[in-house]
Amino acid sequence: MAEHRLLTKDFGTEGLQTLAVYERLGGYQGLREAFQRFTPETLVDEVKTSGLRGRGGAGFPTGMKWGFLPKDVFPRYLCCNADESEPGCFKDRKLIDENPHQLIEGLLIAAYALQVNIAFIYIRGEYFDQRLLLERCVEEARAAGHIGNDIHGSGFSCDVIVHGGAGAYICGEETALIDSLEGYRGQPRLKPPFPAIKGLYGKPTVVNNVETLSNLPHIVQRGGAWFKSIGTEKSAGTRLFCCSGHINRPGTYEMAMGTPIRELLEEECGGMWKDRSLKAFQPGGGSMQVLLPQHLDLALDMDAVQQAGSSLGAGAMVFMDETTCMVNVSMRLVDFYHHESCGKCAPCREGTYFESDLMHRLEAGACTSEELNTLADICDNMNGKCFCPLGDTATWFVMSAYKAFRDEFEAHCGAGSCPVRSGTAQLVTA
Amino acid sequence: MLGAATRKEITALRDRYPHPRSAILPCLWAVQNEQGFLTVEGMTEVAEILHLVPSEVQAVSTFYSMYFQKPAGAHHVLICVNVSCALRGADDIVGHVERRLACPSGGTTADGAFTWESTVECLGACGGAPAMQVDHHFHENLTPDTVDALLDRLRSVPGAHAGAGATPSGPHPPTAETPPLATAEGPPAGAAPPTERAETPGPRTGTTANPRGPRSRPRRRPRPSPDDL
Repeated sequence: MAEHRLLTKDFGTEGLQTLAVYERLGGYQGLREAFQRFTPETLVDEVKTSGLRGRGGAGFPTGMKWGFLPKDVFPRYLCCNADESEPGCFKDRKLIDENPHQLIEGLLIAAYALQVNIAFIYIRGEYFDQRLLLERCVEEARAAGHIGNDIHGSGFSCDVIVHGGAGAYICGEETALIDSLEGYRGQPRLKPPFPAIKGLYGKPTVVNNVETLSNLPHIVQRGGAWFKSIGTEKSAGTRLFCCSGHINRPGTYEMAMGTPIRELLEEECGGMWKDRSLKAFQPGGGSMQVLLPQHLDLALDMDAVQQAGSSLGAGAMVFMDETTCMVNVSMRLVDFYHHESCGKCAPCREGTYFESDLMHRLEAGACTSEELNTLADICDNMNGKCFCPLGDTATWFVMSAYKAFRDEFEAHCGAGSCPVRSGTAQLVTA
Repeated sequence: MLGAATRKEITALRDRYPHPRSAILPCLWAVQNEQGFLTVEGMTEVAEILHLVPSEVQAVSTFYSMYFQKPAGAHHVLICVNVSCALRGADDIVGHVERRLACPSGGTTADGAFTWESTVECLGACGGAPAMQVDHHFHENLTPDTVDALLDRLRSVPGAHAGAGATPSGPHPPTAETPPLATAEGPPAGAAPPTERAETPGPRTGTTANPRGPRSRPRRRPRPSPDDL
């Protein structure tokens, strides 16, 4: 897999977090080349050519997103979304921990392409050490002239501000992130107007994920066409997959798009632990629909996974073995969405409450089978009817699990305890 | 009244942004670092420096789950129980910590050394599950033994809140005494040596920012036991 290591190729190098080591390995060459070889317009075109799609979950083409900015409206703003809070997802933390300057370089390249003079990195509050690290790296880059006025004599000036959140999953939604950055409660805004037209402080704004931006130094140096040649037709490049759950080697693995999921599980992750068999897995983090062992031969490709009824989302793979209770897993995810619902719209605020209440009773074996219809009804009243995707995604896993493991859900009804784990309230760990 | 250093930090944060209001979250961190939780007086001073009304600052503070609205223990322990951690035994860790600290999730130990809670909010450490954060530092691949060793070590060091403002623009409390076990990251640069907290903030008086307490904790609902059915 070595040839597919792009973002992670220098991971593990001693002192990579310092500017000196990063520059020795060719760091900030991408930024210099961007100034020398591209105008902002041709740089946007190059990113369009590369076929780079957003790595935050929605998979929207990055170049197209950049192209939506209205001409001649200034100032504009750029926000790096490092508010990674999706259950099962930890790639952004890894990218910051291991190679923070790669992100800062990517951020500056994007700022140049978009002609932005203030770029923000919105990082979640829980990533405390990561935020301190980024602040230190920004200061280092500033001292070396990569950030500031007239960077490397290009006439382009940019400042970078690292902004820490304070514990709110919803701030990963781009308009909520903007609200939070403006100093408000982090609640999503109505779209349109999209942030590209009216975002931070009412000005054109682009919000990009950490992994998306980290790709940019490589695209600038080696060209959009080269990037496009990796992966599949519609999903170019590599992706970091965060693998966790019942596997032998949890961690982040960078794979070219289009690799079969089975290869990721069996070769990189070392297969299922304790010689158990796979029962189900989530291909895209807590929000996405459950997939079954027969889906292991799907390619790691946004469209292929979508056709199977789920999504690659933010690239978080959670593998569950045969002892896992799907009702318990659903309950935890529903609890998460209940905890994180921002309260702006009624379907989500009330729906997640009732969903969570019902799932707790179901897990304890205290529901009647009619109540399973109520669960389906609640989910139906939420999906597609909430203000932002949080409410929709709160139903996706539980509904797909209900469909795929209907017997298991029904066995819980009136059982008095969890039948999968014979009466204990803990997930099997031994 | 906030200390001069904190006021200076808040003023510097205000001037960092194109619009002063954007500085609310970092400023609230500065208040929490100095005072241990968000006092009404501290939030009022933030409002004054940012040219806002106190209620605006308080309204923002209650949205975010990492701010303490009431005094907390010297060390804060946060254990993830979301799916990836649960699959690898987070519930066992939670049960162990609950017995060990002899107080329920969300509570503070009798000696004021620890406030701990289990949270469904994924901490982003799924690759090292089960995981927890202590004073904002990650500790991964937990077992009851490693948790015990960590808690014992922490009990002997004073709390971190008195070290506020030690980082130039670092709103979080630096906690040099709690280097992570699992990662090689050292303590944050410039962290001040921990000193005993000057005084424990008393119970909040006057108007309450949020009568319901901190926002967005999952409501506790009675769970039927098998015997009741």
